[in-house]
Amino acid sequence: MAMIEIDGLVKDFDGFIAVDDVSFTVERGTVMGFLGPNGAGKSTTMKMITGFLPPTAGRITVCGFDVWDRPIAAKRRIGYLPEGAPAYPDMTPRGFLEFCADIRRLSGADRAKKLDQAVDRIQLGDVLDQPIDTLSKGFKRRVGLAQAILHDPEVLILDEPTDGLDPNQKHQVRALIRAMAPEKAIIISTHILEEVEAVCSRAMIIARGKVLAEGHPAADGWQFGDLIAGPGRLDAVFRQITTGQAQGEAA
Amino acid sequence: MTGTIAVFRRELAGYFATPVAYVFICIFLFLSGIFTFYLGNFFERGQADLKPFFMFHPWLYLLLMPAIAMRLWAEERKSGTIELLMTLPVSLPAIVVGKFLAAWVFTASALALTFPVWLTASFLGHPDHGVIIAGYIGSLLMAGAYLAICACISATTRNQVIAFVVGVVVCFLFTVSGSPIVLDTLGAILPRAAADLIASFSFITRFGAILDGVIDLRDVVFFGSLMALWLFANAIVVDLRKAG
Ligand SMILES: Nc1ncnc2c1ncn2[C@@H]1O[C@H](COP(=O)(O)OP(=O)(O)OP(=O)(O)O)[C@@H](O)[C@H]1O
Ligand SMILES: [Mg+2]
Repeated sequence: MAMIEIDGLVKDFDGFIAVDDVSFTVERGTVMGFLGPNGAGKSTTMKMITGFLPPTAGRITVCGFDVWDRPIAAKRRIGYLPEGAPAYPDMTPRGFLEFCADIRRLSGADRAKKLDQAVDRIQLGDVLDQPIDTLSKGFKRRVGLAQAILHDPEVLILDEPTDGLDPNQKHQVRALIRAMAPEKAIIISTHILEEVEAVCSRAMIIARGKVLAEGHPAADGWQFGDLIAGPGRLDAVFRQITTGQAQGEAA
Repeated sequence: MTGTIAVFRRELAGYFATPVAYVFICIFLFLSGIFTFYLGNFFERGQADLKPFFMFHPWLYLLLMPAIAMRLWAEERKSGTIELLMTLPVSLPAIVVGKFLAAWVFTASALALTFPVWLTASFLGHPDHGVIIAGYIGSLLMAGAYLAICACISATTRNQVIAFVVGVVVCFLFTVSGSPIVLDTLGAILPRAAADLIASFSFITRFGAILDGVIDLRDVVFFGSLMALWLFANAIVVDLRKAG
């Protein structure tokens, strides 16, 4: 059974089709990259998978639970970093993570261990007691990441997880995603194509709500259909697929 | 339950995290003092009861309850945390109730701090403590109804100022619908039954009955069902307008 199953997903915002008949599955051990121009529908798809927005049509199952029929069961198994990493500005990272731990019913030694682990993995120790309001953009994102991995979920949905992070932190977060990958099904969206090569085992290029291409690593780079991108050349393939213009050496 | 408690605790701590809570409690105590001792002629009446104190509560709440409830949902929308909250494993009713309870308990603590008024009355004479307790219970019930109204209104917008202003207007309608001026006007233009119906929704009429010292079950049911109704509406509004 795939951990995430999406079938015929459609989102219609009062006549504007933001997601148009998207279907795919993600297995345990997979890191799926969502690529696509601004407004492609990446975040909207993630909001539906995590049960925030109701789909206009289609079915989403997470770990066997239908997100709309069994929302609580599905949400227990998901860790989600929403776009922009929202967090309560008047709380400290410590208070915020404890709140999430409360809602997720973590208790006793397990709770303490998971809180420590999340803080440790995201390196939040220095700012734990500083109001989130006063944190830098990168630290805010890290607080959001810590919240997403807190309960060691089977499914991780991360909307632009490394946006705003410094190079060291980017490196750190990518290493973290790779380390978590074997036990989880992970979807990340990103505009950084080197990130796809660094952490993803599959990728989908989406534009105007439709899946344009699916790719995976091949012997000599990344393969999207009959297009092959050599190492570091994903951007040319991305441009070609999303704009329809052949460019550079992608062929 | 776990979810409600977690939301409740976060929300209540949120009230006390900023100086606003303390400023608010001071304003509350100051205004109840003014209303009671100055406008209410507490000393001149020569009667040791708290009627003047309680009589002003509807008017006090009219302004203060929208101020307490305005941030409950509007803030959540504005900062985008609503997306986080709604994707945590907690049901919408649990969130709605947790938020409401936090605002209500906060109000209750402000109300509890008015105990010196009670002490003053006991010191000056021999008030009927049963009537005073009824007054406190009635006041708390009424505050809950105002808060439920304002929580629902807060869910319709991301702007706290709008939530406050609309909240005051709606609370005002529920407050004055039983006042003599409104009743006389309505009586002139509406059939008797309709005017009576509107009057029966008046917080002042209901609260006034409780202040006489009898907590009638019907009045409790009135405030209780108003709270339930508005919190139900609150959940529906959040559900429909999640994304906006
Ligand atoms: N609540 C909404 N009402 C109407 N339209 C919306 C709403 N939310 C998103 N959209 C539209 O849906 C489209 C897809 O938006 P989405 O946020 O999913 O894009 P994205 O792929 O995440 O883009 P980005 O790379 O900029 O984050 C956009 O055109 C957006 O304007
Ligand atoms: Mg996006």
